[in-house]
Amino acid sequence: MSLTGLDLALSLALTKDEYDRIVSTLGREPNAAELAMYAAMWSEHCSYKSSKVHLKTLPTEGPHIVMGPGENAGVVDIGDGLVAVFKLESHNHPSAVEPVQGAATGVGGIVRDILATGARPVALLDPLRFGEPDTWRNRWLLGGVVSGISQYGNSIGIPTVGGETKFDPTYAGNPLVNVMCIGIATADHIQRARASGPGNIGVLMGAKTGRDGIGGVSVLASRPFDAEAEAKRPSVQVGDPFEEKILIEACLELIDRGLLVGLQDLGGAGLCCATSETASRGDVGMEVDLDAVPLRETDMEPFEILTSESQERMFAIVEPANVDAVVDACRRWGVPAVPVARVTEGEALVVRHRGEVVVNVPARSLADEGPTYERPTYRPSWIDVLRKDDPMALPAPEDLGEALLKVLASPNIASKRWVWRQYDYLVQHNTLAGPGEDAALIRIEGTNRALAVSTDGNGRFGQLDPRLGAMHAVAEAARNVACTGARPLAVTNCLNFGNPERPDVMWQFAEAVAGMGEACRAFGTPVTGGNVSFYNETDGDSIHPTPIIGMLGILEDTAKQVDIAFKTEGDVIVLLGETMPELGGSEYAWVLHRHLGGAPPEIDLDHEKALQDLLVALADELLVASAHDVSEGGLGVCLAESAIAGGIGATIERFLDDDEMHGWLFSESAGRVVVTCAQKDLAKIRKRAGELPLTVLGTVGGESLRIDGILELPLIDVADAFEESFSRSLA
Amino acid sequence: MRIGVVQFPGSNDERDAVWALEQLGADAELLWHGDAGLRDVDAVVLPGGFSYGDYLRCGAIARFSPVMGSVVSFAGDGGLVLGICNGFQVLCEAGLLPGALVRNEGLSFICEPVQLRVETNDSAFFTRAEAGDVLTIPIKHGEGRYVADLSVVKEMEDNGQIVLRYVDDSGEVTSEANPNGAIDNIAGVSNAEGNVFGLMPHPEHAVDASAGIRSADGAVILGSLIDAVIGAEA
Repeated sequence: MSLTGLDLALSLALTKDEYDRIVSTLGREPNAAELAMYAAMWSEHCSYKSSKVHLKTLPTEGPHIVMGPGENAGVVDIGDGLVAVFKLESHNHPSAVEPVQGAATGVGGIVRDILATGARPVALLDPLRFGEPDTWRNRWLLGGVVSGISQYGNSIGIPTVGGETKFDPTYAGNPLVNVMCIGIATADHIQRARASGPGNIGVLMGAKTGRDGIGGVSVLASRPFDAEAEAKRPSVQVGDPFEEKILIEACLELIDRGLLVGLQDLGGAGLCCATSETASRGDVGMEVDLDAVPLRETDMEPFEILTSESQERMFAIVEPANVDAVVDACRRWGVPAVPVARVTEGEALVVRHRGEVVVNVPARSLADEGPTYERPTYRPSWIDVLRKDDPMALPAPEDLGEALLKVLASPNIASKRWVWRQYDYLVQHNTLAGPGEDAALIRIEGTNRALAVSTDGNGRFGQLDPRLGAMHAVAEAARNVACTGARPLAVTNCLNFGNPERPDVMWQFAEAVAGMGEACRAFGTPVTGGNVSFYNETDGDSIHPTPIIGMLGILEDTAKQVDIAFKTEGDVIVLLGETMPELGGSEYAWVLHRHLGGAPPEIDLDHEKALQDLLVALADELLVASAHDVSEGGLGVCLAESAIAGGIGATIERFLDDDEMHGWLFSESAGRVVVTCAQKDLAKIRKRAGELPLTVLGTVGGESLRIDGILELPLIDVADAFEESFSRSLA
Repeated sequence: MRIGVVQFPGSNDERDAVWALEQLGADAELLWHGDAGLRDVDAVVLPGGFSYGDYLRCGAIARFSPVMGSVVSFAGDGGLVLGICNGFQVLCEAGLLPGALVRNEGLSFICEPVQLRVETNDSAFFTRAEAGDVLTIPIKHGEGRYVADLSVVKEMEDNGQIVLRYVDDSGEVTSEANPNGAIDNIAGVSNAEGNVFGLMPHPEHAVDASAGIRSADGAVILGSLIDAVIGAEA
């Protein structure tokens, strides 16, 4: 490193103001190693400097929330002395540069976040976004990402039970790879990611530290993405799932035996982040000896050792008397474990290398005293032009049956079996509902209850109205959870946006956070944490604002689980909620007209909450045979999916004139669920529904999907379009 | 009556196997790969997963672990040994079963239910089945394509060592029903004596019809093993 001072700071993506702030904190010029640490910790990715002021407005508390934002993951009380831990994170830029390793290390990273809380990871979900699969590059990215998730997730014995894979040209240059992990722990085993007790020892466990991933958080994650992206491949880390697997088992044993004071994963910004965050949270200082850190290469510089993002490492705080037991337990699992740090009084993070002090800074200044920006926001005028362009004005299709088959075959709607058959969704034997259902259900072992989980987000709605788009994401995730009979409990999120230094992007972000907060307050589902991914753009073009919501719920009795499949000939098909002619941002408009415009469907949050409560009650009273959320693609797609899942057709009445039927069939109006029930239960459901709008659509039966006088499609053709189109499109 | 399930570093389905055996009424416990002793268990299960990461060749390192020396002797003395997925690979590497398992024909990992025809019930692992029965059990593997020399396959066929084949809905051996390109649709084989059996599908993931793939057909295999152990005691 030949640069020094301000020049070096600028090359590390710090600004002049930020450099001045460091100088004033230290009362002197920082050296190269210290600057590298500030650059990493004050990066957008680590410090949330542009998003903090908005995230503060989110609801984070509730009676069942044990730990909220600020720890490694959200922790929710699920009864019986157990807690669920969950978090969603992005690995977008690494995956754009190197899809297999980018996605694989994304899985590894979120798993360690969950592990750091003391929980055994029990499920993974992957919300993915790509450009449309009609170019070799988009197919290469898709194939690589799926392969990376498959190789890593399958090898570490955690089932991948859900997620979504969606396509839009907006993601062609900058795909989204978000990963959610859920864990379960006993409440008394919850670990805090903090150091305490001067004299206690910091033990580094897991893989050796190498030169991989240096600058991951600052170079890759916190800068605009452009044509130079390929050259950033050396900033992508390389994963080793076997190391992760034995690290998981070793950590769980240490936690189980009560040998740890604190536990933190090493992810973005590596050892620098783990030491400064644990010290800062615990109001203590720390001394770190870099000569003790096991290295892959002998001549690594202090800044490299401190900011390396080598995978499969954890940092534990251990009482001196327990260090030998920790090292022995790790050795039994084949996991190297080495004392590298000592907790001290005061607040200084002091790092030694070859006997000399190379870093001496207040730990808090790195972890908690980074800059906060209230970036300017500006509502762009193009949004008005876009919103005036209502797709209801487009010509209606002549043949609605043909149109429905086209929508079913779209890569956004068609079954993604090609993706999820590459994931082990069965390991740990608790998958009560896996991929292809509205929400995944994971049995809580030793109980007759289950966790329900869904991830949702709609970038097109976000582009047309970021506030409403975020509300849709929360509402759809909650509906999906409630369709299984589970009660929505809490939310995590990954907010994927463009460059926050652009006022229009910052406006989208502020609007989306406001919308998410409003919906979460209305549903009583606090936000327990999450992740912000900015700079998702290519050559200046931002992605559609894409907040992804991960919703956790609880099913009180696994015997009362509801799925999407039509069951019995003669069952009544009932629509809960109302269909309005709302085609703005719909899949229909995109597939038939390549059209994105108009306003997204309106949302009535009180209605959504009443609908969730109704679904939970209907399941509890065993009144419904199936329930399926109506969302992308509209009613036609919803009915087709339930018919295919059940292997039985349906006959639907006709409600409107011919020229209005497409608005009915393909509308993506919010707040709707299709349920089926035995004829004898219909009156009870009506009574239960009270004032919530309810329409009898028709009956289950036959071998076709039929709408009186409008369309009749043999189920076999419907199934072919839905089941086979996606894999055909990749062939 | 106790059944031991070996835990290698990188095993993933060892707790699943213990859980499934317990669901079916057996006492099951984990055996550590680094301990040579089998703690007097009455049968041994080698579970699924990626032992030692499976970076060299599936099961190639696991066969050298201390526990495997004991498993080989145990099998030589007529002890019942069941290898599931990675456990099947380990048994082939250890020479307890003929043949080998290589990368799936389609190159991708596959997790899905398959249908298996029981070719012979003439072993301790299939006393609860009849020849010709079709079982629905999931596979989940990237390297499950069974291969062996044609002469070996012929010999196994003659000896009744080919125990399970992938079949279609009507119970026929077809190429469409073959998920991984295994020779002659072979999904599971036993040794000549019938006391060592390996299969790629996961019976421990098909004992609870309310979860996973909604099948309890795996109980046929695990239940037969339990019956055999209890029968030997009686």
